[in-house]
Amino acid sequence: MVDQNDFRTRARAWLTANVPAQDSDDLGVAKRFQAAMHEAGFAGITWPAAYGGQGLGESAQLAFNDVAKDFDLPVRPFIIGIGMCGPTLVDLGTDEQKSRYLPPMLSGEEIWCQLFSEPGAGSDVASLQTRAVPDGDEWVLDGQKVWTTNAQLADYGAVLARTNPDVPKHQGLTMFVVDMRAPGVDVRPLRDMTGRAPFNEVFFENARLSADSVIGTVGGGWAAAVTMLGHERVFIGTTAARRSDPFAFDVLAADARANNLLGEANVRAELADLYARQRALQLFNTRLRQEANAGKPPGARGSVAKLVGALNSAFAIEVAGTVGGPGVVAAAADDSHAVDRALMINGQPAAAIAGGTNEIQRNIIGERVLGLAKEPSVDRDVPFRELKVGTQRAE
Amino acid sequence: MELVLTAEQEDLRATVRKFLRAESPMNKVRAVVDGETDFDRALWRRLAGELGLVALAIPEQYDGVGAGQVERSIVLEEMGRALLPAPYLSTVLAADTLLALDDESARAQLLPAIAAGESLATVAIAEDTSRWAATDTRTIATPDPDGWHLTGSKNLVLDGLTADLLIVLANSPEGPAFFVVTGDAPGLTRAPLVGLDPTRRFARLDLNETPAVHLTASDPVAALEKIADLATLALAAESVGVLQQTLTMAVDYAKVRVQFGRYIGSYQSVKNLCVDSYVDYELAYSVLRGAAWSADHDPAEFPRAVAHARVTALPAAFQAAMRNVQVHGGIGYTWEHDAHLYYKRAKSNELLLGSGISARLALADRLGI
Repeated sequence: MVDQNDFRTRARAWLTANVPAQDSDDLGVAKRFQAAMHEAGFAGITWPAAYGGQGLGESAQLAFNDVAKDFDLPVRPFIIGIGMCGPTLVDLGTDEQKSRYLPPMLSGEEIWCQLFSEPGAGSDVASLQTRAVPDGDEWVLDGQKVWTTNAQLADYGAVLARTNPDVPKHQGLTMFVVDMRAPGVDVRPLRDMTGRAPFNEVFFENARLSADSVIGTVGGGWAAAVTMLGHERVFIGTTAARRSDPFAFDVLAADARANNLLGEANVRAELADLYARQRALQLFNTRLRQEANAGKPPGARGSVAKLVGALNSAFAIEVAGTVGGPGVVAAAADDSHAVDRALMINGQPAAAIAGGTNEIQRNIIGERVLGLAKEPSVDRDVPFRELKVGTQRAE
Repeated sequence: MELVLTAEQEDLRATVRKFLRAESPMNKVRAVVDGETDFDRALWRRLAGELGLVALAIPEQYDGVGAGQVERSIVLEEMGRALLPAPYLSTVLAADTLLALDDESARAQLLPAIAAGESLATVAIAEDTSRWAATDTRTIATPDPDGWHLTGSKNLVLDGLTADLLIVLANSPEGPAFFVVTGDAPGLTRAPLVGLDPTRRFARLDLNETPAVHLTASDPVAALEKIADLATLALAAESVGVLQQTLTMAVDYAKVRVQFGRYIGSYQSVKNLCVDSYVDYELAYSVLRGAAWSADHDPAEFPRAVAHARVTALPAAFQAAMRNVQVHGGIGYTWEHDAHLYYKRAKSNELLLGSGISARLALADRLGI
């Protein structure tokens, strides 16, 4: 048992001394930082010591997250691996997989991505069509994945593929480790509606997977995916805060002041409303964290935070328009505040889609938190082969 | 900031909930709604005496329990949940007023009987506007050789008809000041008002040369602000209770009502009504806990936190009450169903201290924008 306050103090001291002052997308900076953080004992806090982790409890991780939210850590290349793939390997991997993959993941030597979503399988991931066919001891992978963060940097990926189309959709899936540098793996940048390309499309064509690449069991891919998505929810919940968010109340209130709008009652009321919504979410998150520290995990209530965050950012677009003056419509290219704000406005729909749409979050809350009946399922017990998937032409 | 209740605080909630479920079921609430009685005096005596709920936030030196606003907010949540028709809010706000002022002899004389539930009290502040503001006060206090006299009118006085003691805000030659008027004082006329919410009793007071006792205060305007903030906190707590109960009613019904061969809760359009109320509940509950905690532990933050609670919890309770009627459909629109009682309490609470826009502007003031 580590002294919680001591751990926090050490973490804060280390981050203060080591987080680069300037935010950067430089891969070398990120790799050096991650290696140093691992060396200092702040990477893989809850992972077993045998695989490079620290072997500490959940409360140490929560304490670290709490301290880290005051810093912009240059760890974006590693978040998918360490946040999702790694914890899933800890839960389901073989000893060989854990020894091989976890230590270089933690030290930043190897970068991972996660390959679930497909053009035909978004909210309904279990209907995915990428297939892995046995070939001797090995498997052959064919198909297309989309929205793959960090695939352009990744050494390895956790891919979900269909290994049996003759059983219902949830039962015929298997998760594999795929070597992203192998022949037959083609990564192409995917431009989103902001014009940037933070994601990729990944095409597999006769890509070979070794016999020991199965994560969990053959046919057990859905359970492995649920395990991984559970880690994702926890992870998103703990990394949301960015310090210089152009949609934050303080920033928008300063915009209103700069544009001489605080004399108008409607502007003040709208800003107060924004504060109320953002502060309420903060208090809810604090409460969930305090409950978790007291031994009550948030479970599906994490979806409330995800949903409210998306709703708040949609409301913030309106406030940004109210307080931003003409610069919201167009501003000089070197006006970095206006450029950031434009990016937030143009990228806002991502909040309501990525990591589970608002509609899916509402289903999760309704069914898992409130215990309301599910929609009747028309595909649950039908062999995958007989299903319609994705976008179909009208018959 | 502690947003999670302690085991003792959860016990208090459980005790109050159990008591209200047994002693103030809906048929008793209905007796008040139907005008058969103004409130259940036997229930009041037990609530004050046996449970010590009136004394809860009154210091021990005045025969109180000496707990804080966190505890009282729990009690008020449960009372909102049960729509308890009793002069609790009015009486505890009168006690808060005595505590916010500086009149030690009045406190020593009046608070023990209030704490014991023997003396019903209320505050009379609002006049032509619903704002609790000194600048909106027209009632005049005149110092005469035989004591003070008040002349003017007070509006929206909670339980004003049944209170034994009325604490009245008036303008004295030295500025705004608080006075105690007894329910049987000469020149006092109390008229019942017809409320939006039939589980609440409001009155209008007309004071005509009514004798009153002045309550000393070093800064009556600051005290008024504090009292208004505590009233806001109390209404937010009640509203969270209303929100929680209407959410529960809607979810329970969506789980048993079948149309077109399916439970209605399985339809996303109905499910989402329930989810939206649940999300509002989680947020409002968190904000309430923060505001109540700051009332007890962080007085510098409290004015902002409570203005936030007003903006968040009060309208959310009404939205949830409205969704509850909608989830129930036709049956929810009947007089017989309880959904309308929550709907009315929620709207009445939301507007008691002023409009929604005034609530947002009050928060803006406290955010320094």
